[in-house]
Amino acid sequence: MIGEFTGHIIEAGHYALVLALALAAAQATAPLWGVRRGDAALMGIAAPAALMQFAMIALSFAALTYAHLASDFSLANVVENSHSAKPLIYKISGVWGNHEGSMLLWVLILVVFGALVAAFSRAMPDDLRAATLAVQGWISGAFILFILLTSNPFARVFPAPIEGRDLNPILQDIGLAIHPPLLYFGYVGFSISYSFAAGALICGRIDAAWARFVRPWTLLAWMFLTLGIAMGSYWAYYTLGWGGFWFWDPVENASLMPWLAGTALLHSATVMEKRGALKVWTIFLAILAFSLSLLGTFLVRSGVLTSVHSFASDPQRGVFILAILVFFIGGSLALFAWRAPQLKPGGIFAPVSREGSLVLNNLLLTASCATVFVGTLYPLALEALTGEKISVGAPFFNLTFGPIFLPILILMPVAQMLAWKRGDLLGAAQRLTLAAAAGFVTALGLGAIHGGPVLSIVGVMIAAYLIVGSFVEIAGRIFARGVSASVALARALGLPRSAWGAAFAHAGMGVTLFGLAATGWGIEEVLAIRAGDNVKAGPYEVRFLDVETKPGPNFRATVARASVTSGGREIAVIEPARRYFPTRQMSTTEAGIVTIGLGQLYVSLSGENADGSLDGRIYWKPWVSLIWIGALFMAFGGLLSLSDRRLRIGVAKRARAPAAVQPAE
Amino acid sequence: MTRKGRRLTLIASALGTLGAALGLVLYAMRDNIVFFYGPSELAEKAPAPGARLRIGGLVKQGSVTRGAEKSITFIITDTKKDVAVSYSGQLPDLFREGQGVVTEGILTAPGQFRADTVLAKHDETYMPRDVADALKKQGVWNEGAPKPAGVTK
Repeated sequence: MIGEFTGHIIEAGHYALVLALALAAAQATAPLWGVRRGDAALMGIAAPAALMQFAMIALSFAALTYAHLASDFSLANVVENSHSAKPLIYKISGVWGNHEGSMLLWVLILVVFGALVAAFSRAMPDDLRAATLAVQGWISGAFILFILLTSNPFARVFPAPIEGRDLNPILQDIGLAIHPPLLYFGYVGFSISYSFAAGALICGRIDAAWARFVRPWTLLAWMFLTLGIAMGSYWAYYTLGWGGFWFWDPVENASLMPWLAGTALLHSATVMEKRGALKVWTIFLAILAFSLSLLGTFLVRSGVLTSVHSFASDPQRGVFILAILVFFIGGSLALFAWRAPQLKPGGIFAPVSREGSLVLNNLLLTASCATVFVGTLYPLALEALTGEKISVGAPFFNLTFGPIFLPILILMPVAQMLAWKRGDLLGAAQRLTLAAAAGFVTALGLGAIHGGPVLSIVGVMIAAYLIVGSFVEIAGRIFARGVSASVALARALGLPRSAWGAAFAHAGMGVTLFGLAATGWGIEEVLAIRAGDNVKAGPYEVRFLDVETKPGPNFRATVARASVTSGGREIAVIEPARRYFPTRQMSTTEAGIVTIGLGQLYVSLSGENADGSLDGRIYWKPWVSLIWIGALFMAFGGLLSLSDRRLRIGVAKRARAPAAVQPAE
Repeated sequence: MTRKGRRLTLIASALGTLGAALGLVLYAMRDNIVFFYGPSELAEKAPAPGARLRIGGLVKQGSVTRGAEKSITFIITDTKKDVAVSYSGQLPDLFREGQGVVTEGILTAPGQFRADTVLAKHDETYMPRDVADALKKQGVWNEGAPKPAGVTK
């Protein structure tokens, strides 16, 4: 029962949010003052403030979760997004299935990162740590203020209604429990790279050691962002019923841009760490990655775009987020412009070398990011300036992003082969003969089986080359002429984990490309379904057994049970369904999907016809699961790299110690 | 390679990449951008038939006619001007008379539109933004105010 007790918990949560704002203010100012005066006591405020702030936000978030669990309809947020009959899992995930709650989750993850830096970066110089946490305090302060002033999840309604309006049915899916937290850990994780960059600019500590501090955090954010994007894509794929997984929607682009910038940052930080070069550029990328995350937050949360992601549009919110955006991007760039010229340039290196190839990687990644940026923001700018409305869709991005990203895919294995300082391009190309051969064989084999579009055949050729090519460098280090199996194994285990990580992440890109290329071989059937129908979809047959209506907790489902057979043998029974949610008078599509090998057979229902048949689509999509498996590979590569001893958070100081003995260059 | 040569290589490759990106963007902008018009704007701007466009507005009450093989015709209106739309294929879940809709396709003749995409909506209270703006421009609907006649819910 909702009573006084619940009320106290909610008020405590609200109060904790206000306290967190006060803590953020302290964290944002006192340590900076301490850095300026060299006062250890003032700098020492940063870490405990960050930890306390995390505790307060966690309490606040727990209180909101409690209100959703207890279906306390005195909170506007619960009324608008929950229903007493909603299943438990969606009561929990529904906490962030709305504007206010999702902003609170954003801030929660922000302070989680702040607390992690406070707890695990003891090895960092005190001033850098204090300045970094102070910048983090500015960010969390701004967003907590945004929540309290424009998006308060603890706002009450009086009198409290007896029932809520339920969560948007499209969000009543396990995807809501996974996709936003992963994506936010990625988005918000880049705030640490940003704060490190700002902190380094403030303290004037921009050196190889800084790159070593910032890399694990960037890697962590990048892993989560990779998984978050992949999960969002898979969710759209199975829930929208069209079998599509990427639409070049502005909201998707908003997550792709920080990913591209973050990927560039990971690579340039390596150059900075190893060669002490690209300092200014790396700092700039660290600022850019989080700026693009903020831009994404603005696009998604301000209501300038309509999509399932923008829950409500309120012009006040848009202006506030825009102000935050301008403050943090403008502020950091001003700091950058002031401090960057004081840096000693890091020296220019040979074009054909590991660092040369990483520069090319950065150029291509940022250029591809720029095309996505233009395609995403040009329509908005045009509308704001001229009132003219246009839409920029997939053809634009395929034509611009594609050709710029293609060289990255081809050059990835080559770059892994090049030595630092001076690379041997011809040697690298020769060692990749095997990978190229693998590409040709795959293309010939699959081309013979599937035939079909040239683009698919070329796509799998590059993909196979990239997958094999990613491991050639490692293979070369393990297997030499006359080396026994046990020695090879010992060598394999002895290799730095970051080398394995790079290989896996690069191969993951190839795996994803493979899945993308193979979409050209898919088969689509549009049909009217009746019980007893037999439909052929590629190598499989789908037989519809019966169509019935079943009640669910807060919906009514029309389910068409179907048996999938291959050569007369039953492989699976699937239950594609349409769910009707009376509270919102809205239907959703639950695709019936069976994974066969790496491909998927996908059946979705859309409308009911007057004659009692159901409109439906059947897809056979060979290799399609590779699109998302590739992302898992990439994240696994990131994890391996993160576990590398040299990169582990907190040990950077020890690793740096011997270097201090030698005079600086 | 000399230091100067290295520097030149770096600058040249940066400019080359940027130039390529810019070129591609400009090239893609020529053919791959689709303009959005409401029915009144369409009548006013009168683009040449054959142009690829997005048309949005309300599905006029009583205008939906279903033909054979999933073909369908309906009228998109902003209550001032109408556009006749033909479409063949599956309609999104919430396609209904009186509801907002956005379609993409080819203008076959003035006032005649052959759509190949009818865009899905996510929510019953959600009016496609482009449609809402087009209606507001015609002064037939304001946010917060009751929706115009013919708009259910």
